[in-house]
Amino acid sequence: MTNPLFDEQHLLKELKHYLPSQTPLKDFIHHNTLHAFQDLTFYDAIFKASKIFGYQATLPLNDFRKLYEVGRINPLILDRCIIQKKGAAHLTTWKEIVLSKQYHEPKEPRIGQLRALWKEKYKLDIDNLVQPFLFRFLSNYLDQGIAIWNFPLGNIPFIDAVKELEKNSFVSLFKTTKARNLLFKEGLSITTLLNILIGNESFYEQYIFDQQFSHKGWSGMVATLEAKPESLLCPRNISLHDMILFELLLEIDHITHELGETFKPLCVDEPLAKALDLMEDVKPTELQEVLQIWQDAFEWSYYDEILAGLQQLKIHKSTPIVTIPKKSDNSFQALFCIDERECSLRSYVESVDPTSETFGCPGFFGVEFYFQAENAQFYDKLCPAPVTPKYLIKEYGVSKKRKHDLFYTKKSHEFITGFLSALTFGFWAGYRLVKNLFYPTMGPAISNAFAHMNLYGKLTIENKNQEEKENGLQIGFTIEEMADRVANLLNGIGLTQHFAPIIYIVAHGSSSANNPHHGAHDCGACSGKPGSVNSRVFSFMANHTAVRELLALRNIHIPANTQFIGALHDTAADMIVYYDEDILNEQNAQNHLKHLATFESALDLNAKERSRRFASINTKSELKKIRKAIQQRAVSLFEPRPELGHGTNTLCIVGNREMSKGIFLDRRAFLNSYNYKTDIDGQYLTGVMKPLGPVCGGINLEYYFSRVDNYKLGAGTKLPHNVVGLIGVSNSSDGDLRPGLPWQMIEVHDPLRLLIIVEHFPDIILKSIQSSPEMYEWFINEWVHLIAVNPETNELSYFKEGAFVPYKTLSKEIHFYKDVHSLLENAKEMETNHIVHATQENLPVFIYN
Amino acid sequence: MEQYLQLFLVIPLLGFMVSLFFTNKQESHIAINAYLCFGIQLLGILFFTIYWIFQQSPILDLKHFTFYKEENIEIFLDFYFDRYTAVFAILGAFITFLIAIFSKFYLHRDSGYKRFFSTILLFFFGYNVTVFAGNFETLFIGWEFLGITSFLLIAFYRDRYLPVKNALKTISLYRLGDICIILALWTSHHVWHENITFVKLNDVDLVASNISNHYNQVIFLLCMIVVAASIKSAQFPFASWLPRAMEGPTTSSAVFYGSLAVHLGVFLLLRTYHYWEPILAMKIIIVIIGVMTALIATLIARVQSTVKTQIAYASIAQIGLMFIEVALGWHVLALIHLTGNALLRTYQLLVSPSILGYMIHEQFFNFKPKKHSNPHSVGYKLTNSLYLLSMQEWKMDLLLKKICWDPLKRIGKGFNFLSNKKGLIAMIIIYIAGVIFLVLNKNLSQQIDHYLHLFYGIGGLIMILMAFVEKSNPLKAWWLIILSQSYVILSIALLNDKYEYMEIILYIGGLCIAAIVGTIVLLKIKKREVQIDLNDFYGLIDQYPSLGTWFLIACLAFVGLPFTPSFIGLDLMYSHIDHEAYLLVTITSFSFLVLELSVLRIYARVFLGPNKKQLHPTAFRSS
Repeated sequence: MTNPLFDEQHLLKELKHYLPSQTPLKDFIHHNTLHAFQDLTFYDAIFKASKIFGYQATLPLNDFRKLYEVGRINPLILDRCIIQKKGAAHLTTWKEIVLSKQYHEPKEPRIGQLRALWKEKYKLDIDNLVQPFLFRFLSNYLDQGIAIWNFPLGNIPFIDAVKELEKNSFVSLFKTTKARNLLFKEGLSITTLLNILIGNESFYEQYIFDQQFSHKGWSGMVATLEAKPESLLCPRNISLHDMILFELLLEIDHITHELGETFKPLCVDEPLAKALDLMEDVKPTELQEVLQIWQDAFEWSYYDEILAGLQQLKIHKSTPIVTIPKKSDNSFQALFCIDERECSLRSYVESVDPTSETFGCPGFFGVEFYFQAENAQFYDKLCPAPVTPKYLIKEYGVSKKRKHDLFYTKKSHEFITGFLSALTFGFWAGYRLVKNLFYPTMGPAISNAFAHMNLYGKLTIENKNQEEKENGLQIGFTIEEMADRVANLLNGIGLTQHFAPIIYIVAHGSSSANNPHHGAHDCGACSGKPGSVNSRVFSFMANHTAVRELLALRNIHIPANTQFIGALHDTAADMIVYYDEDILNEQNAQNHLKHLATFESALDLNAKERSRRFASINTKSELKKIRKAIQQRAVSLFEPRPELGHGTNTLCIVGNREMSKGIFLDRRAFLNSYNYKTDIDGQYLTGVMKPLGPVCGGINLEYYFSRVDNYKLGAGTKLPHNVVGLIGVSNSSDGDLRPGLPWQMIEVHDPLRLLIIVEHFPDIILKSIQSSPEMYEWFINEWVHLIAVNPETNELSYFKEGAFVPYKTLSKEIHFYKDVHSLLENAKEMETNHIVHATQENLPVFIYN
Repeated sequence: MEQYLQLFLVIPLLGFMVSLFFTNKQESHIAINAYLCFGIQLLGILFFTIYWIFQQSPILDLKHFTFYKEENIEIFLDFYFDRYTAVFAILGAFITFLIAIFSKFYLHRDSGYKRFFSTILLFFFGYNVTVFAGNFETLFIGWEFLGITSFLLIAFYRDRYLPVKNALKTISLYRLGDICIILALWTSHHVWHENITFVKLNDVDLVASNISNHYNQVIFLLCMIVVAASIKSAQFPFASWLPRAMEGPTTSSAVFYGSLAVHLGVFLLLRTYHYWEPILAMKIIIVIIGVMTALIATLIARVQSTVKTQIAYASIAQIGLMFIEVALGWHVLALIHLTGNALLRTYQLLVSPSILGYMIHEQFFNFKPKKHSNPHSVGYKLTNSLYLLSMQEWKMDLLLKKICWDPLKRIGKGFNFLSNKKGLIAMIIIYIAGVIFLVLNKNLSQQIDHYLHLFYGIGGLIMILMAFVEKSNPLKAWWLIILSQSYVILSIALLNDKYEYMEIILYIGGLCIAAIVGTIVLLKIKKREVQIDLNDFYGLIDQYPSLGTWFLIACLAFVGLPFTPSFIGLDLMYSHIDHEAYLLVTITSFSFLVLELSVLRIYARVFLGPNKKQLHPTAFRSS
């Protein structure tokens, strides 16, 4: 705002940069909530965002102190953090400050100060006057199918629709003719309206920022839809520019109505100096430093424990008691998603059948495409959000159709049919309610992970003619393209020899009832959809003889009797469904039956581990009983926590499974298989590291911010949520859209940044993360932490300010466990969901002994 | 057999009282208590009803506790049981029982877990008092409980702005309905010269003679009942509160606004049917309200793009139809319709979050691009107008604001010149003069006496209006409220020569205690907080939970709940004001209307809403 001339385009660009970028809820893609500040280091970014927008950026100071009192923050680590920041000489003075100094800094954000003048000067509550109608109008325009009577003007630009409606109606949108005339005036623009409303150019930008951030949910949605119109099924042509025009008109209308035709523009008399530069850098304060020290100490208290545990594990394993099965003896191998919810299942699979081997990689399994279910009018993108696929996989040969649920019929909201509905299935509703309370079962209204793709449907995976295209997308992959993808994935995870006879490709999805945020529980690497199609497509590719011939040329020799089988794990119901089992040869089919039992037992144990966080399930009951209760949870209407999603995610381990096998990670770690031995020069490491920032880091930061400020950066409690236009949720009828995660998803989460642990030589890792600036930004700006484990010396080094520095662990006490059952059964349950209580539910690091 | 009726009030009340003894962390205790309460009630009422049917379903009436007795008037509690009671009581217990089970899991770890269940239990008590009521007095008590529990449940998420705002909006309209019932009560005392029970209304000849003797008063009385029923059932033009009341957890929206509370308007009409049945005009009025509501609410429901508001308006439309059914005498149909609608809307609200997944899936497979009509036809302009008008909810809010609230505020603001120290002193002096007049009453001429009570009545109203629009100082608003109440008492005292001293002492004593408690709380707050006004919401309950609770209790003394001072005040009013004193009745009724709004406004502004000072996160205003 140094340039006094107001530039509309600049303003819009800035606004779009800072507004939330969550797409409609049907595709929930986790991302860094403060992505706009990612070019700054983490702490600079959060404190700046906090000063500008009033967000709470860390836990409150007193909560950190309580965490220290209950022992969650390790005193040794706290001392080390103080010394690192302030020097050893100041340890005692700073410790005093950190532990007990009180701060009474006013929490006045920069945003909103200018617009508050309406109230101060004229006693006008402009938000109250404008917002309810504005929200209603926007949601009616954008509505994807809730209203029975749709917005009468189709897909024309928003402001044209406003004009058209105003012109062709006996009722006006406005109270005054002034606003109406302005709408039709030649040369209608944001600037001309601001001339009337504000009257002083140097305040324009600040005013619009104030205005748009007074309802950042809607503004963010509009900005996102402008950038990605394809995220709506029912196309709409809206832009932030048009929305601001309409809002300004409404403001002028109400102000004219209240203050009279010739009201004085708000800032015409204001001294120029009063205009704020919202984006000005924030002066560091002592409180910020204290919070940084606390946050670091909180994070490293956990990190240090896990790092010490990993080192201990390696020493432990070098003792001869533990027998490691020889590679060639593997009964089966299973490839899971990197997702931290699969972390526990993998260890149970391995413990039930010690001759099995598991791997982890991003859950789209390296195959990127759009998917069209049979009879579907649209495509689903099944790969990470930043990737734009060129391929289309179509489903065919499906005979079954989804059933309808009468209770959602819009007819029941009409006059006559509503009457008939009340008389007929009104009573049935009573029965349904009783049934749903006492015997919850799957129904058409519940989002079912297995319904994403039909179990018996067929897919167009192989492309024999590259001319075969639909909407510019190639249908299926050619043999060459298949081989590339299979080779890439197998090389990345280090599975290039010792293939077991059956290799399961286990994708995941999640079923839940009554949950508008169900997309947030599905696979993040598949753009918030279940990964079932990907697992089937990959298995098909890897089973293809022509593909194997090509792979052999690249030194990957898959034995002829090795078969890949796709599967989908429902992370809420803890069930697995397998695809194309009929392709198995006789021997494998027999063994497959054994492995099914292995998976079933592993799922039982996994259900038990999950159940310890669910108050409605007694972890001490029989395994089968727990399993049944877990399955019911996923289909219970009254259960706002069908699963806990990515809650507690903190770690990402990139390396051989041996690094982490045998350690109890409490479902907190993303596990990506990688073998430095097969990739000494780090050729594949870049590919492995690249998605970690946006996928795992994005998930982690979304949970972080939703946890520390669930009111402003999260969606608040989901209990009062109202579904708006099938695109988002709001509170009640007049509220703003609520992006972010609801309270029920984040209450178990400790707000810690992601720690990525990579097993390789530091210089190779450095080279790999520096290979692309977008990737490097995540590390150099400390949005995620990075630790290198030297595979030869087992030494740790920490990435800080562009270089790796040696890291020594401080944690001395290592916990051991012999029996996972007693570990789970004796775990503490949180008393309340306040962080000090909630964090005690998270178990320390245990090593299996 | 009648004796068993009281049981169905004792069970909910007991459940409520027991629920107060738990702490928020004892979730399973709280839930089990609620299960037991609702479950026992459900079983009890089912068995009772079956037994009752085997007894040839006689109409039961139980005269209970008497508040007050005089030669020609007696105020007592009365319970009643007929098929309407049976249907409403069973439906209520059934739905509430299911909702309690649903909520046990749904509200898990909510910081208001206990508050939620206690409020639902109190609501259930109020609901049962209403449906078992055998006379207007008893019904009014239940009605009041429904109002206050509604306020508490809408403002359940009290640290956000919108729930508090919408709770105030709803309670304002509810209060209007309450005043209608009070006026109906008062009129009924004067046309019946007794406390009329619903049993007696079944006596066709008695009712007919009553109507012919007091035609105008009866019409007034019945109109008040129809307005009260329309407000409770969100009929035109009072509909817009219902969608905005969906602020609490989905389960409370489902039980309150999807099903039980909103159908009580129909209940009131059914209950008073024999009284208005002989009057054709009343039937026509009710049919017109029903038809208008059904049409308009259907149109509004059609344009709703959020799921809960859509269900709300669809339900309103069906209740409009029920009004018609009741007016036409199709009561069995109305009861079936009502039960079906209540169950359907409850269920639809409970599963409303699923709509996103379900409809998107539906659309994914069955999407058809919309065709748009020809932009040059006349129909086009007409449909656009209807669309826009429906989106603006037929400007009902604006209408109500213009008719009801703006005039009140304008009067209040008009007397702003009194709102200073001198004004206050003057008011106190005038009051003392009044007391002296009262003492010297016998020596005054008839004429002065006649106008004096009106003078003080108007004074009371003005002061309460001033309190209502006071924006800066909560303490001042509070004192204005107290002063206004004193004026009202004086006014009633001046009018009458006979008093129930016991009642007056109770009334004044209760008011004094409430006034002192409120003043102490506000003074304490003033001492600790630099700036508190009534222009914004301060959310201080976060910092001072116990002060907040005390203040709420003090406020409740003013809101006309049974056994509170202002209830006794109301009681005094309608039993002591003669039937000629229409003007005084109107004035006093308005005072009582504004009274509750003013105290709850102070409570909401000071204690509810987002607390900006706290170090923990708070919500945006728009969320």
